[in-house]
Amino acid sequence: MSLLDMFRKEEKTSASVAKERLRVLVAHDRLRNNGPDYLPQLERDILAVIRKYVEVGDDDVSVQLETQGQTSILELNVTLPDD
Amino acid sequence: MAKIIVVTSGKGGVGKTTTSAAFASALAMKGHKTVVIDFDVGLRNLDLVMGCERRVVYDFVNLIQGESSLSQTLIRDKKLENLYVLPASQTRDKDALTIEGVERVLNDLAETFDFIVCDSPAGIEHGAQMALYFAEEAIIVTNPEVSSVRDSDRIIGILQSKSRMAAEGKSVKEHLLLTRYNPARVERGEMLSVQDVEEILAIPLLGVIPESEAVLKASNQGVPVVHYAESDAGQAYEDAVARYLGENRPHRFLEKQKKGFLKRVFGG
Repeated sequence: MSLLDMFRKEEKTSASVAKERLRVLVAHDRLRNNGPDYLPQLERDILAVIRKYVEVGDDDVSVQLETQGQTSILELNVTLPDD
Repeated sequence: MAKIIVVTSGKGGVGKTTTSAAFASALAMKGHKTVVIDFDVGLRNLDLVMGCERRVVYDFVNLIQGESSLSQTLIRDKKLENLYVLPASQTRDKDALTIEGVERVLNDLAETFDFIVCDSPAGIEHGAQMALYFAEEAIIVTNPEVSSVRDSDRIIGILQSKSRMAAEGKSVKEHLLLTRYNPARVERGEMLSVQDVEEILAIPLLGVIPESEAVLKASNQGVPVVHYAESDAGQAYEDAVARYLGENRPHRFLEKQKKGFLKRVFGG
């Protein structure tokens, strides 16, 4: 490390940016590809039902499917607007 | 009973064929009767990397369609007497490979060979699925680079859902082989490290092959890189195969090579 480097603002290395992007992407891909085929449609349907009552955006609903041994857990998160 | 191993990656150009050739050669060098099959119908390349392209008469598709016999089709390696190559067809369509046809050929091969190494084509379509369907073990070839890691994860998902092992409720044993690794760039934070890739893919590490000039030299000459015993990549492949066979060998080539004083002064 040179003397000048010590004064430079610490930047994220490109490798750590790559790792972070991959972490998010792979989690998303796994759900898409390995989850049941009905998952995307289920997500859309749930969103449609909620919209009958409250205004929520596309990103306000997240569906996660986790498998732990013999059981699968379907987790649904809806962020309701605060009013 | 033969062990069926698929060498796969999803992404192209990461080193599947180089790995298949090196891996099969190293298995044969260690005394195991081995056959390596090119599943890339239409774009065959394994014969070039193995240096037997001028001896191809019949191919995998001929064999499946009963147009040739096993002994007419298999090409004996020029260096190793217990290594054989089964070339892909250059002219046929990928759909010429069928589950039943591939199964029949693999069953025939299993009678005489210890290891059957299946060199998968890139992608996740028919050819790649045929290559991995009967595999009991998989070598996932990955470069320390975002698109390769993502595609590897995808192919791992396919191994876990669309292989015969999966259909039987069992799982394919997966091995991570990280290729084109450049420790100096990892040290500078310019390349994903072994630990990064292991963490994301979450499969056991079989080996790390350093980025090496020997690999191009080997393919130029049609000699699998393990025959260059003095080269870093050759040694790394030899280590990986020894580890695969149960030897306990520490990983090498993970650190930047320290240049000696003379090299620093004169370069090189």
